Amino acid sequence: MALRINIQQWQTIPIDAQFQCAAGEVVAIVGPSGTGKSTLLRCIAGLYQPDAGFIYCDDECWLDKSQGIHLSPQLRQVGFVFQDFALFPHKTVLDNVLIAMATIDKAQALRYLEQVHLNGLETRLPATLSGGQKQRLAIARALARQPKVLLLDEPFSAVDQVTRRKLRLEMQQLTRQLNLPIILVTHDLDEACFLADKMIVLHKGKTLQQGSPQQVLQFPQNSTVAKLVDVRNLFTGVIEDGQLLWSGQSLTILPSFEILENQFIHWCIRPTDILLHSRRRVSNGDKENALTVRLIEMMAVGGIVTLIVQLINQQTQLQMDLPPHVVERNQLRIGETLNISLLSKAIHLMVV
Amino acid sequence: MVLALSVARLLAWRQFVGKGVVEAIVTLPLVLPPTVLGYFFLQFLGRQSIVGQFYETWFDESLVFSFSGLVVVSVVYSFPFAVQPMLRAFEAIPQSTREAAWCCGLSPWQTFWKIELPLARSGVLSGMVLSFAHTVGEFGVVLMVGGNIPDETKTISIAIFDKVQAFDEAAANQMALVMLIFAFVLISVVNLLARQR
Repeated sequence: MALRINIQQWQTIPIDAQFQCAAGEVVAIVGPSGTGKSTLLRCIAGLYQPDAGFIYCDDECWLDKSQGIHLSPQLRQVGFVFQDFALFPHKTVLDNVLIAMATIDKAQALRYLEQVHLNGLETRLPATLSGGQKQRLAIARALARQPKVLLLDEPFSAVDQVTRRKLRLEMQQLTRQLNLPIILVTHDLDEACFLADKMIVLHKGKTLQQGSPQQVLQFPQNSTVAKLVDVRNLFTGVIEDGQLLWSGQSLTILPSFEILENQFIHWCIRPTDILLHSRRRVSNGDKENALTVRLIEMMAVGGIVTLIVQLINQQTQLQMDLPPHVVERNQLRIGETLNISLLSKAIHLMVV
Repeated sequence: MVLALSVARLLAWRQFVGKGVVEAIVTLPLVLPPTVLGYFFLQFLGRQSIVGQFYETWFDESLVFSFSGLVVVSVVYSFPFAVQPMLRAFEAIPQSTREAAWCCGLSPWQTFWKIELPLARSGVLSGMVLSFAHTVGEFGVVLMVGGNIPDETKTISIAIFDKVQAFDEAAANQMALVMLIFAFVLISVVNLLARQR
């Protein structure tokens, strides 16, 4: 089963999105608020009718504006997990699941609840559940529909950080079991990286880039994508004689980028790809694009230490992420001078 | 009630041209003096009017100074009291809840019966109770359109007025006390329903 989407919308919230999602694949749609992510999901569910385009689930046509086809949500058989869960507050946990089933099968409904670890709570009302339990119930209800496509609209945004981490793990296990297209809308890049096989960057309703999360984060197509995926080291420069001229430095780049000769370009490097020269032992990498910088700030968050360093005699700042033991071993202190390398293979260039 | 439910749902969820005008018309009987409203009804439903003549031709009965006319007038006069609580109750149901029902495969009719109506239950019941109480207690409009015909268009409020005019204070006291208890019980019921929301 695969979902093929090509939809356009010109009024209210402009959308110009084309992508596919295969069975068993998780596609994450990321982008800032108000960019049309949820509208896109609503189009797939049949809750919103775009101006033009088509949506096919295998050979089944759900929408084709050129042929005047628009199936109602009832006919599309989608499982939709809403941002606010949209549970039916007057119905018990079990009834919330039963209502989504085509034929009443209490034993099957209990199995769905067991699948999301809600067994024993069948008679409770949604108001008495925790945020995480509500989210699980919303998923069980979506699965009870026996969906051809599972749509998740910011499913973890209404729960606390600790629960979110736990739910992500559960969701990852669940998505592996389900052999159907899953589309996840989120503005949390970590979430997208954790759960998705493919990431789609949406900006002002337009799909700017799609690929594996790793690929999109490491090699953004342009500076807009780079900003949207929170690339922290994004700069401008110019290519001359096969060298990248930037902030008074001349950096060696891979030969494949020489086609951009004499052009202003954007470039980026991931904070994890900046090499810190060991004070005890010099390696070969130390010779490549070596820079001397001053350590301005250090922040330890979630097992990673982020260093903000500034080029000597320049205002330009870079961010680099190091494991705490590296910081400890090198006895890094704020205000000190460090030597770093920007490895050529880690430098990614983008046309302005 | 069916009309009030339909109008309340329409105003709660649909966007259409002239929505503000419909809202104003629905609310109008709430603020218009009863005598003014009664006067308009007399003009609109009277024997000289098109509606009045049409009704009389078909049903061989006048709409003014009759029980049928009183029912029509009461429906219009008490309409805001039925619509407003229902409207607020329907508005309180998040759009995503209705959409979730559709995505669960429920038809619009099933969504109404299984989701919307149970969730708006307290508002719907409040609307029913308030409009009933208001109809029972109305005076000005009834007097203008229905007159004061015993066993036909005479309401308790008019009966109390008559008893006071006739200096029969004992009867007026009894009827007023009944109305007071009736109103108190109804308000308590409405408050109870509101608390259950």
